[in-house]
Amino acid sequence: MAAVLARAAAALTRPRRFHSACRPHPAATRRLFNSVTGEDVAFFRGVLGESGVVEDPSELEPYNADWLKKYRGRAPIALLPSSTEHVQRLLAHCSQRNLAVVPQGGNTGLVGGSVPVQDEVVLSLKRLSRIRSFDPVAGVVQCDAGVVLEHLSEYLAHHHHVVPLDLGAKGSCHIGGNVSTNAGGIRYLRYGSLHGSVIGVEAVLADGTLLDLMSTLRKDNTGYDLKQLFIGAEGSLGVVTAVSLLAAPKPSSVNVSFLGVRSYECVLKLFMAAKRQLGEILSAYEFMDHTSLSYPLKQLMNARHPLASEYPFYVLVETSGSNADHDQEKVNAFLEEAMENETVLDGVVAQDETQKSELWALREEIGPSLGACGAVYKYDVSIPHHLMYSLVEDLRTHLHPLVPAHRIAGYGHVGDANLHLNILADAFTDEMEEKIEPFVYEWISARGGSISAEHGIGYMKPHKLHYSKSPHAIRLMHQLKHTLDPLGILNPFKVLP
Amino acid sequence: RHRRGERELSGKYVATTGVQREASKMRILVGVKRVIDYAVKVRVKPDKSGVEKANVKMSMNPFDEIAVEEAIKLKEAKVATEVVAVSVGPQKAQETIRTALAMGADRGVLVQTDDDVEPLDVAKIFQKIVDKEKPDLVILGKQAIDDDSNQTGQMLAGLLSWPQATFASKVEADGKNLKVTREIDGGLETLAMVAPAILSCDLRLNVPRYATLPNIMKAKKKPMESMSPADLGVTLDPRLTVLSVDEPAVREAGVKVESVEELVSKLREKGCIPE
Repeated sequence: MAAVLARAAAALTRPRRFHSACRPHPAATRRLFNSVTGEDVAFFRGVLGESGVVEDPSELEPYNADWLKKYRGRAPIALLPSSTEHVQRLLAHCSQRNLAVVPQGGNTGLVGGSVPVQDEVVLSLKRLSRIRSFDPVAGVVQCDAGVVLEHLSEYLAHHHHVVPLDLGAKGSCHIGGNVSTNAGGIRYLRYGSLHGSVIGVEAVLADGTLLDLMSTLRKDNTGYDLKQLFIGAEGSLGVVTAVSLLAAPKPSSVNVSFLGVRSYECVLKLFMAAKRQLGEILSAYEFMDHTSLSYPLKQLMNARHPLASEYPFYVLVETSGSNADHDQEKVNAFLEEAMENETVLDGVVAQDETQKSELWALREEIGPSLGACGAVYKYDVSIPHHLMYSLVEDLRTHLHPLVPAHRIAGYGHVGDANLHLNILADAFTDEMEEKIEPFVYEWISARGGSISAEHGIGYMKPHKLHYSKSPHAIRLMHQLKHTLDPLGILNPFKVLP
Repeated sequence: RHRRGERELSGKYVATTGVQREASKMRILVGVKRVIDYAVKVRVKPDKSGVEKANVKMSMNPFDEIAVEEAIKLKEAKVATEVVAVSVGPQKAQETIRTALAMGADRGVLVQTDDDVEPLDVAKIFQKIVDKEKPDLVILGKQAIDDDSNQTGQMLAGLLSWPQATFASKVEADGKNLKVTREIDGGLETLAMVAPAILSCDLRLNVPRYATLPNIMKAKKKPMESMSPADLGVTLDPRLTVLSVDEPAVREAGVKVESVEELVSKLREKGCIPE
């Protein structure tokens, strides 16, 4: 008990550990919440048992540090509930005690939304990992929030279905986290937003109240659609403990091609052709510039450039359908025409599953490959198609000579007008952040874009929200937050300014 | 006789002024098999008679991809003039042959049968094709990943009385003189032989190229012949009966021990170390 108190006291007096790169949230400098005491720990142990409570500082590391190693909190404790009922009891207690809580899924978020800012308690959903049921007629799967996306994918594959989203972090991210962040990913082009494919949510509110909005019904217009509030709220309105998701039938025929094009204009021209000629079987349309591709080629073992020469831009086109012959015909016609009118200069088509994975890896590993080279500033933004790549070019000019052009990479879900802009630095510093940030956000705001297409706000962007949302909108968000979480204990200092 | 601009030397040199060398250019036959894709998780049928193949992704046997790649490389090195891709299988094996054509093979031959074929029958069929096509080299994958037989190459060499180099990890061709490095249990073995010969390919021989768009489009126009085993005078004569197919034993969970003493005692229990 004395040891716990001593630790808590030390946490208060220890200098702020989170990275100097993060300009602190104004409220983060004040003490708004209580600290965890020995009695709290005893309560937590009583609910979860010894194994459900993590206090050892070295074991707490992964809960306190984010995937980018950009943000680091000082949670003295992590809680691992294994049932919704546990979550209710824990939150009820934290509400009573005014203890702040950070709900945490796979901790793969890219905006510092899943780790503590100060000494908030980490509430890890990893033990809520049961897949509850699957209805093969409706195609609806119900599962706990802590199910890892890849695991859900494998389960659904058995049942000839697929998750309606896919992203690079699939091996670690949780479906609950995906829902809480309204994750996008590489299948968005085909299956749309989680706002459409999530048909039910089970959430626990800040005071421990259970809100059961689970359903297997596609259509249900009975009052306000409350589940939409939790999709994308980043854990700030309630803790998502289970999800009811509309899965899609597993396509039996998938084609992946990797193409080299001469310009960004060609990337867009090809996209229009793809939509027209591939139609309903088009399932992904991703692009990357020459710089982006160089990183996975350098970092991945056994990676090789798929094309005989290098090109300024590359496009990965994936089709998914139910009839191989039909799809093959469409893909061949599309590629032939693109080669004939020189929209595409060269390309390869995967001949087996291994080659498909290799080609996709060149796209999905760009982020991690850059990360292996240093500190990466990531900006995930939505900009109208024809303007999108100009941001990369303007930024290269703006950052010259502080950052060489080959350390600024642009790639992403061009089909969704979503750019992933990455700047590779040696370290996260205030100087670098100041040089990049107002410039990028102002550039986007001036063109009516979104400063966060899919990654969310987290800790990184609350004070940037005004670039994309009006003061009225932000005020209403605050009102909703106050209604659902009056004490503000759920993921404080995040999302809202 | 010297032709203008042509240097005469030992077999190695190509002409310096672009006049093509004659002779010593080979025709290569490559065997390709349509199998369940390497990355797909194979499931045993409930009646244990075999594995699930319905609606399962099929692709070219990975070792055959390596064989095709090696043949194309020999063509690019101007050691060979023609690469013919041959498959024994169902109608859909045409797709597998098309992949070989899209990698750069010149012609395809499908010997069509819906039956599962055993290596000896495949070898007999290939023997007949060899009689027809008169290739200088037959390159096969070392084994197919569905039956893992690793027999066809060796049997074909026996039927033809041709030299063979199996598990090839490196092939050097100087006209019809071949130097092949093989991966064997003890390390590497290098054989010298003169074509015609049989090669079977191992994993480290090369990395198969992707099918490029220009080649995929050219492949559509390349000739593809189709015939039955009977057309070649071969009657399929399977000699093996599959009694049952089972999944591998489920891996048991490991046990964490608390101390070195416990580890030692558990190792003793399992007979891993002496008493």
